[in-house]
Amino acid sequence: MVAITISVDGAGFDLVAEQAALCGLPGVGGIGAFVGLVRGGDGLETLVLEHYPGMTEAAMRAIAERAARRWDLLAVTLRHRVGRLRVGEPIVLVLAASAHRDAALSATRFLIDWLKTDAPFWKREEFRDGRRRWVAARESDRTAREAW
Amino acid sequence: MITVLYFAWVREQIGTDAETLALPDGVAAFGALMAHLSGLSARHAAALAAPGGLRGAVNQIFARPETPVRDGDEVAIFPPVTGG
Repeated sequence: MVAITISVDGAGFDLVAEQAALCGLPGVGGIGAFVGLVRGGDGLETLVLEHYPGMTEAAMRAIAERAARRWDLLAVTLRHRVGRLRVGEPIVLVLAASAHRDAALSATRFLIDWLKTDAPFWKREEFRDGRRRWVAARESDRTAREAW
Repeated sequence: MITVLYFAWVREQIGTDAETLALPDGVAAFGALMAHLSGLSARHAAALAAPGGLRGAVNQIFARPETPVRDGDEVAIFPPVTGG
């Protein structure tokens, strides 16, 4: 039975603590991890993340369950932040724990690829010069998701 | 009655995050509802002008144009998602 942990809020997360929480799982042999950050450049100051409360959590759980059907996982942790985030701050944490590295690493990649296309979040960029712009969906994200 | 929620730039362009309306006669699917909503005002028309560029959900599950919509449903319309 895979242990799924989902959260959507403005709070940050502690990668080491999150990882430590999975180290005691019986049979665990490895944990895949991905941390997504607010990428700077072009005068970007703040990223504002909006989501669809209720649907977001359900969509994230569905993605985690899909990964658990495909790989032999012991745990999945998905933490996604919303609200105002500054350049360099973490946005999203993905952890996948398994007995072996193949499942842990593949599932981690799968989870972040699907989070980008199948969970209702939207990013707005705010620049130092006052410009504001909604981020457009990228075809490469769709392609990465379809590759699974 | 149905509830329609708008997110991101769709919400900004329409000028509200939610509205409640009676499901019109003959409207039974998400695509048909989008067409009906675009006739409500100039703001709706502008925001929903390119339905191929929008996504949506019915009762918090991603919808396709043919997804059924029934009285009491919660419908959402939004741009393609950009999380992660």
